[in-house]
Amino acid sequence: MKPADRVQRVPPSGIRRFFELAEEMDDIISLGVGEPDFAAPWAARDAAITSLEQGKTSYTANRGRRDLREAIATDVKKRYDLSYDPDDEIVVTAGASEGIDLAFRALVNPGDTVAVAQPCYVSYVPGVIFADGDVCSVPTRKEDEFKLTPEVLAEHGADDAEMLVMCYPNNPTGATMTEDELQAVADFAIEHDLTVLSDEIYSELSYEHDHTSIATLPGMRERTVVFNGFSKAYAMTGLRLGYVLAPAEVSAAINRIHQYTMLSAPTTAQFAALEALESCDGEVVEMREEYNRRRNLVLSRFEEMGIDCFRAKGAFYAFPECPWDDAEAFAEALLEETGVAVVPGDAFGEGGEGHLRVSYATGFDELETALDRIESFIE
Amino acid sequence: MSREDVLAVLSDNARYSTEDIARQLDMEPEAVESTIEELEEAGVIKGYKAVIDRSKLDEEPVRAAVELNVTLDRETSYDDISSRLAQFPMVESLHLVSGDFDFMMQVEGDSMREVSQFISNKVAPVPEITQTVTHYVMDAYKEQGITFGDGHDDDRLSISP
Repeated sequence: MKPADRVQRVPPSGIRRFFELAEEMDDIISLGVGEPDFAAPWAARDAAITSLEQGKTSYTANRGRRDLREAIATDVKKRYDLSYDPDDEIVVTAGASEGIDLAFRALVNPGDTVAVAQPCYVSYVPGVIFADGDVCSVPTRKEDEFKLTPEVLAEHGADDAEMLVMCYPNNPTGATMTEDELQAVADFAIEHDLTVLSDEIYSELSYEHDHTSIATLPGMRERTVVFNGFSKAYAMTGLRLGYVLAPAEVSAAINRIHQYTMLSAPTTAQFAALEALESCDGEVVEMREEYNRRRNLVLSRFEEMGIDCFRAKGAFYAFPECPWDDAEAFAEALLEETGVAVVPGDAFGEGGEGHLRVSYATGFDELETALDRIESFIE
Repeated sequence: MSREDVLAVLSDNARYSTEDIARQLDMEPEAVESTIEELEEAGVIKGYKAVIDRSKLDEEPVRAAVELNVTLDRETSYDDISSRLAQFPMVESLHLVSGDFDFMMQVEGDSMREVSQFISNKVAPVPEITQTVTHYVMDAYKEQGITFGDGHDDDRLSISP
């Protein structure tokens, strides 16, 4: 018995080795975590518990509970001016990750090319490969503050691709894009007939301007699939709940794969999510304000240390230039000598070399201690 | 806006240094210092105190919540009664509240005897006070937004994408 070729085509995870190193050590402070340090709002957890007490443990409709889809439609309209029909344009998925995989499988024909804006979340490239597509890497540049531009798209041949995957606010760089900057990408997508997969899971964590969804720009709705969910805004990563917004025909295709692979997203999590949308706006604001204060702290401390770091405006990551040429060697030495874990930028693809992803989804005191240790380490 | 921001950070942790607050709010340390001074002078900030889980102390003080009913007359207002009560050092907090009674008073003393004597000797005899109901505190779970107990460990994966 032997794994299929497509599995072997996926390179091993760059994060995995680091994870194993960190797991061997006691008492580390990790700035390498890609999820909130908060627990989900209590009201959402309480709703999940209540649903279990009431025995709500069966499947839901394939697309997710109707009341949840309605609440999602209302929420994305209110926050981002996105209009999607809860009946045939929304699919609730087991995390945004499932949605991204479904979209690749629903939209990529063998041999299609998918341009992937990098550095990026680790699952896009494998997702394309699992769908038998070809990846066209589009590394964004530090001088553009890791925003995607028509220039880098053209330079790396994305005009010949069928599809483009992008994520803003971005993991791992913390970059965000304004409406005008997105418009330039939208113009490129329309000119070259690209379908756009837009992962907007960090949309509520934008600190200096409101989040704009590229799907709201003229001519984009019909060629865009939007992914969002509850993991980041509501600190519900372990509940595995996301959703896909897409025009009806594509939404039906995504739902067809979803119904045969997942059947429906976790029921308990759907109850938590509904409550989150109905009553947890206050917690979302509080968490955002707390992240923003930590962001300011991290950026000022890096500046004081003489570490070159662009002003990341979203998510909960800073993406400084590594003080050493070899970011992997730096991260390994930092971990071994000070017990502080950060992730080398190249674990997130092209364009990340020579950088470090520093997550500030960590309590304030630990963050301060970690920054003190980094400071003495580089001296 | 900076007033609210500084207050938000101090409400979270009043022991942050000026430099720390400045970094978190992207302000100059001098501006933070002067904002805090203004807030203190304006009486917005009344003081800075630690939140203590008294059950962890060697000698745990005795605390009670006391409901007070009062009758007002032409010469006596709520302010008169409250200023009389608030001056006793054993009174930790005093609020005028809506509902079945008028004042909610928190009292702290070294022993149940001390608290009881305070209520019967100093509080109950006040002419306008018509009734007192004393509830001794048996256990504390949360104070000033801080939940007591051991908290929970960070059980996230140490590195994740």
